[in-house]
Amino acid sequence: MDVTVNGTRADGTRDVAKGDIVLEVEDLNVSFPSDDGPVHAVRGVNYELRRGQSLGIVGESGSGKSVTSLAIMGLLPKTTRITGSARLEGRELLGLGDAALSQIRGKRISMIFQDPLTSLNPVYTVGAQLIEAIRVHYTDVSKKEARDQAIELLDTVGIPNPSQRVDAYPHELSGGMRQRVVIAIAMANNPDVIIADEPTTALDVTVQAQVLEALERARERVHAALILITHDLGVIAGHTDDVLVMYAGRPVEVGTVDEIFYEPRMPYTLGLLGSLPRMDEARGHRLSTVHGTPPSMVHLPPGCPFRPRCPMARDVCAETEPDLLPTGPSGHVSACHFADELEGKTPDEVFAADTADPDLGDDQEEDQ
Amino acid sequence: MLAFTFRRIVMMVPILLGASILSFALVETSGDPVQEQIFLIEQSTGDPVSPDVVEELEAQLYYDRSMPERYWLWLTGIGETNGDIGLIQGKWGPSVEGPTTDIGGEVGERFWITVRLVLLAVVASVGIAILTGVISAVKQYSAVDYLLTLVGFVCLALPTFWFATLVKEAGVALNGAFGTDLFKTYRDSTRGFQGNGWEVLLDALPYMILPTFVLMLTSYASMARYQRAAMLEVLNSDYVRLARAKGVRNRTVMRRHALRTALIPIATFAPLAIVTAMGGSLVVERIFGWNGLGAYAYDSIKAADSFAVMAYLLIAGVLTLIGVLISDLLYGVLDPRIRYE
Amino acid sequence: MSDSIKRTDYSAEAITTKERSQWEMVLRRFLRHRLAVTSLILFVLIVLFAYVGPFLWKWDHTLHREIPSLAGPTLDHPFGTDQVGHDMLGAVMRATRQSLNVALTVAFGATAIGSIVGAVAGFYRGIVDAILMRIVDILFVIPFLVITAALAGNISGGTTWWHMAIILAVFGWLGTARAVRAEVLSLREKEFVEAARSVGGSDAHIIFRHLIPNATSIIIVSATLQIAFAILAETTLSYLNLGIQPPDTSLGLLIQNAGGSAFNERWYLFYIPGIFIILIALTINFVGDGLRDAMDPRQTMVRR
Repeated sequence: MDVTVNGTRADGTRDVAKGDIVLEVEDLNVSFPSDDGPVHAVRGVNYELRRGQSLGIVGESGSGKSVTSLAIMGLLPKTTRITGSARLEGRELLGLGDAALSQIRGKRISMIFQDPLTSLNPVYTVGAQLIEAIRVHYTDVSKKEARDQAIELLDTVGIPNPSQRVDAYPHELSGGMRQRVVIAIAMANNPDVIIADEPTTALDVTVQAQVLEALERARERVHAALILITHDLGVIAGHTDDVLVMYAGRPVEVGTVDEIFYEPRMPYTLGLLGSLPRMDEARGHRLSTVHGTPPSMVHLPPGCPFRPRCPMARDVCAETEPDLLPTGPSGHVSACHFADELEGKTPDEVFAADTADPDLGDDQEEDQ
Repeated sequence: MLAFTFRRIVMMVPILLGASILSFALVETSGDPVQEQIFLIEQSTGDPVSPDVVEELEAQLYYDRSMPERYWLWLTGIGETNGDIGLIQGKWGPSVEGPTTDIGGEVGERFWITVRLVLLAVVASVGIAILTGVISAVKQYSAVDYLLTLVGFVCLALPTFWFATLVKEAGVALNGAFGTDLFKTYRDSTRGFQGNGWEVLLDALPYMILPTFVLMLTSYASMARYQRAAMLEVLNSDYVRLARAKGVRNRTVMRRHALRTALIPIATFAPLAIVTAMGGSLVVERIFGWNGLGAYAYDSIKAADSFAVMAYLLIAGVLTLIGVLISDLLYGVLDPRIRYE
Repeated sequence: MSDSIKRTDYSAEAITTKERSQWEMVLRRFLRHRLAVTSLILFVLIVLFAYVGPFLWKWDHTLHREIPSLAGPTLDHPFGTDQVGHDMLGAVMRATRQSLNVALTVAFGATAIGSIVGAVAGFYRGIVDAILMRIVDILFVIPFLVITAALAGNISGGTTWWHMAIILAVFGWLGTARAVRAEVLSLREKEFVEAARSVGGSDAHIIFRHLIPNATSIIIVSATLQIAFAILAETTLSYLNLGIQPPDTSLGLLIQNAGGSAFNERWYLFYIPGIFIILIALTINFVGDGLRDAMDPRQTMVRR
């Protein structure tokens, strides 16, 4: 399979020195109370993040990808039930109080949120908010020094005329620029980990590229590990080393970017890949669709949560939820009873003619 | 901002004019001062009133003219007048109390008495509203929140006149029980007090305590609920979340980010507080025996003294519009997203 | 290859939460508010007290020679009697009825006027909106209490509850109009209006089938708040002798009559009518609050 993905990674693996483990997440479970009972948004997430590594978390809305990171940062409401462990360089983060967490957030681990239009406080200037990020952790830095640092940070993320823009109010900047300010805030104190939660979802495509580049530059500057959460596979292809695919609150496939794109072993992953329009396919090639919607997280049916939408579903799929098992000697794992059968398959082959969309009728066979 | 203020003031003039025309028409339809006077005279003398007296009354009160002409005279004083009418010329018109009563003088004396009550009441009620609203939001769903909400609801349901009577009687009873004069329950200041402006104000302060207390409690509750909702919205906003993610301590986030932004809606409800307080002063002044504008309005309504009622309506209207103007300006100060060309 | 792949049955897709209509949801959520439900029951009890009570109690609100004056609360006269010899239970029943008459009529009238004005202004915008809002501004500037007092206090032949209701309604619709207008303005911009138009919806269709149903929650909540506001306004005017006149009665008149008896042996003359006013306003405010919460679509996060 010769799949062309986002050109910036044409030469293969990224040359980053992968070091020690900096963030370790073990059996993370999160549930929220709701009108109809507890919602298990996250059901057992595990991963290890190394210094300098870039991990992409992919999934649909409701898969639990954002909640996982919010739990690590301690930004969920008090009524949330969180169990499991999240250790930053050995130190447990879950259950820490406000005082201890405040020293870690923004300094050792920082986060970028999805909507740049609401992420910044409208009544303070951009510079004031950057300076705050610096001085809250380094109290002996003078206002002048902090301001100089702020200007330099704005320059790093690619904002033109930083010495003027530092006094601008957020509403005077475009969405892309605001997001870059948020990135500047995130990198201000040289964190070990940067979590970017859908940083480009709310932006135009051209602006997306600029923002992602700003993120890259930030990473190079501070040598931080990156967790990039998104539903956009194109972003994943160009900017991550490893990928974790989430569905219904659990990881369903984990591997390097190459493994996920070239050797997917879980039907959901195949479905995601198949629904990407590609330049190397023939014109008139139909995208394979994954029909149906994600399940309710309140009353999850037994067995594999993907079963109702899976063209390969069999009886065992309705009984037991598959574990994350290795598919080979590398670290590539997948949660599917029939992962072996998917070896060498393309999305078309799995999601094609047999999967009749009940709404389309008989004329869907035309363009095969 | 100066240009903006000027433009707003200019826009307010037609509104004020329209309001005065409407009020005039309504006040006219509601009561006839000439008839009222005739009735009163007949009551006291027992004889029917002669047509000469009626004619004199009508001429005095300008009731021998048509209504539009009367309005015109009231506003401008241009035309055949007795020299006592014409707002633009600074004259407020004749009162039914007789030619010796100057409406302008009456109003002038009472103006500050009422205005200082209204201002104090507004400051107090807005202050309490912010305090309880913010506390309720920060401690959402806690016992404090429920208690404050409950108290707020009860205060919302309190009739001002009933509560004022209750407070006044309580003051009287407490005074009697302790044999002191601590609670001033009658009049707005010491009778016959002389002094400069500052001394007069200081003397009046103890008298203001109970009425302000009443006005404060009966008007803070709706603003407090609004403030609570605004604070909750801010607490759940993205930028507060980002501030936390930056590592800012919770208390500082509250103060610097949440509170600052949540105070913006004050600009909306502060002018309403002025309007409510003015309405409340009518009742409170009667019950506490104050000699203010509210009491004057009540007496004028009872006597069907149209020009006096118009005087009150005008002053209250102007104060309301000033409140609205202040609110707009406040918005511009508090929220940098709003800038005036 | 394809023989091992079964045909997927989409009807087996897991829909695991009960489907509910919108009104069912609102009702369910409202019932969960114990305070709101209790208040509703209490309010209904007061209404029954006022409208059905007079048929069940032997004394009415008028003067009867047999009744002693200034009697405290006893079984014969559970609410006591006043200086002249009215049975207070009968008087309070009648007074509550009159005050409720005014409050409910004002709520209905003011809400109707305000909703229509607000919806028209918000929907058509432009000149129509400008004119209507100028009218609202003008009315807003006129002090409510004084103008209603001036009108109500001087009606020849005595003011009845009907007069009071009309006067209060004519000046009380401003808040509702502003709220409905704001809601319609924001609804208008939502894409579903554009979508409805693009498939050929007429103005009337859009107003009646899309805008009004969405504005319903604001209108209903506004109506309940109007009841509370109206009862406070009417009783205040009656207290000042500028509202409902004797021989008819109102809760405000009864309190005026009680004078300064809050802390002496005639306390019941002062507190009982006052408590009734407070209860009516309180319960209706709780109900309105419960309704507002129940109708808030942002909290309806149940998966269908």
